[in-house]
Amino acid sequence: MKIGVLALQGAVREHVQLLEQAGATAVAVKRAEQLRDLDGLVIPGGESTTIGKLMREYQLTEPVLKMHREGKPIFGTCAGLILIAKRVEGLDEPHLGLMDITVKRNAFGRQRESFEAALNIEEIGDNFQAVFIRAPYIEQAGPGVKVLATVDGKIVAAREGTLLGAAFHPELTDDLRFHAYFVKMVQESMVTKVNL
Amino acid sequence: MRQTGTDRVKRGMAEMQKGGVIMDVVNAEQAKIAEQAGAVAVMALERVPADIRAAGGVARMADPRVIEEVMNAVSIPVMAKARIGHFVEARLLEALGVDYIDESEVLTPADEVFHIDKSQFTVPFVCGARNLGEALRRIGEGASMIRTKGEPGTGNVVEAVRHMRMMQSQIRKVQNMSRDELMTEAKELGAPYELLLQVHETGKLPVVNFAAGGIATPADAALMMHLGADGVFVGSGIFKSENPEKYARAIVQATTHYEDFALIAELSKDLGTPMTGLEISKISPADRMQERGW
Repeated sequence: MKIGVLALQGAVREHVQLLEQAGATAVAVKRAEQLRDLDGLVIPGGESTTIGKLMREYQLTEPVLKMHREGKPIFGTCAGLILIAKRVEGLDEPHLGLMDITVKRNAFGRQRESFEAALNIEEIGDNFQAVFIRAPYIEQAGPGVKVLATVDGKIVAAREGTLLGAAFHPELTDDLRFHAYFVKMVQESMVTKVNL
Repeated sequence: MRQTGTDRVKRGMAEMQKGGVIMDVVNAEQAKIAEQAGAVAVMALERVPADIRAAGGVARMADPRVIEEVMNAVSIPVMAKARIGHFVEARLLEALGVDYIDESEVLTPADEVFHIDKSQFTVPFVCGARNLGEALRRIGEGASMIRTKGEPGTGNVVEAVRHMRMMQSQIRKVQNMSRDELMTEAKELGAPYELLLQVHETGKLPVVNFAAGGIATPADAALMMHLGADGVFVGSGIFKSENPEKYARAIVQATTHYEDFALIAELSKDLGTPMTGLEISKISPADRMQERGW
């Protein structure tokens, strides 16, 4: 199983390490042709405007959409969550427009308001130390979206089919559970494909 | 229970900037150009280093009005500079809500003995360093990000290269030392022992390390990435060039794709005149900003 981490900008190395520890082969990807033989993709934290712009300039948008159509799981953290959202507050056009959610950017405030907190995350586990950095939250989620975690009533983790999103940074701790959950999603998608 | 200002939250902010370009801007309009070009953050200043150098006199924290206008103009993080040791300037910047403070040798130092105790702040700090000892002293004081000092406002990359090579070679040396050599090495470098031990065990600084000070072209940015920088600061290089938009965009792409030489060659075509460079030996020692900091 080979999972790519989109490496245009942001916290790439940390995701690669955790995915490897969770039993996957992980590679940093920058080019459209590198996306072809992947079984899943992580879009990391970073600056969503920067990553979104570089994705468009290097024609990565369509290959990522194709991965999604083929049923390959995609996991977005923080900036990555903004990139996969169907609606982003303050933007006329979404980036990838995949997940049926409305995301608010820098929703908890500026860097001095950034925080960590222990969360109980459905399907993943309790007491997960989550690091929020100028983080977004999900303001509204469509009927097909399963909410996995909230902070003060704000949605900060969710899943819709093969799409997984977190407003925080599971890659900044040593806790493998979130990445292990995504690796399992990728495994299941590969089994489904074989059975088709 | 929300905990703000933890090491993880402060250092994590710098982790999110990796592979990106942080640009100096002096007003909201430049900040928008930088954001459009794909900058991961902007540094709000009253003057870029080249103009500070030309103007002479005492360089201080920027006018809070300018910083506020920049903060209102863009959605990317905004950094601002405080003078070395000037913890009140730093407190003002924190109160304004800037996302990162640069305790910077580009401004005239306010204290010639002590740096700010950065561990007491909720907002993270970046500091300049020329070698491993200096980097670890700053991290010991609470810096969450390091950058090379280089020689700001010169458009000459030679000092940034010197400082990055020095740090990387010292890290390799410390990594290969035996544990019983580390205390004496800590003494010689003037570095906190516990941090040096971490470098020995992990083979890298405990925080993100960017390149800064003299980066003027896409090729300069890519060079610094090859030498081990996690990202780059571009000060005077962009808005002192003939075509800032094009320049900014080319530097961002060269930083992301630093290993793709054909692409960087393409990006470097017809960029117009870069900023005028200064030769380091022509700058009197008293005017070298890199000597500031202790």
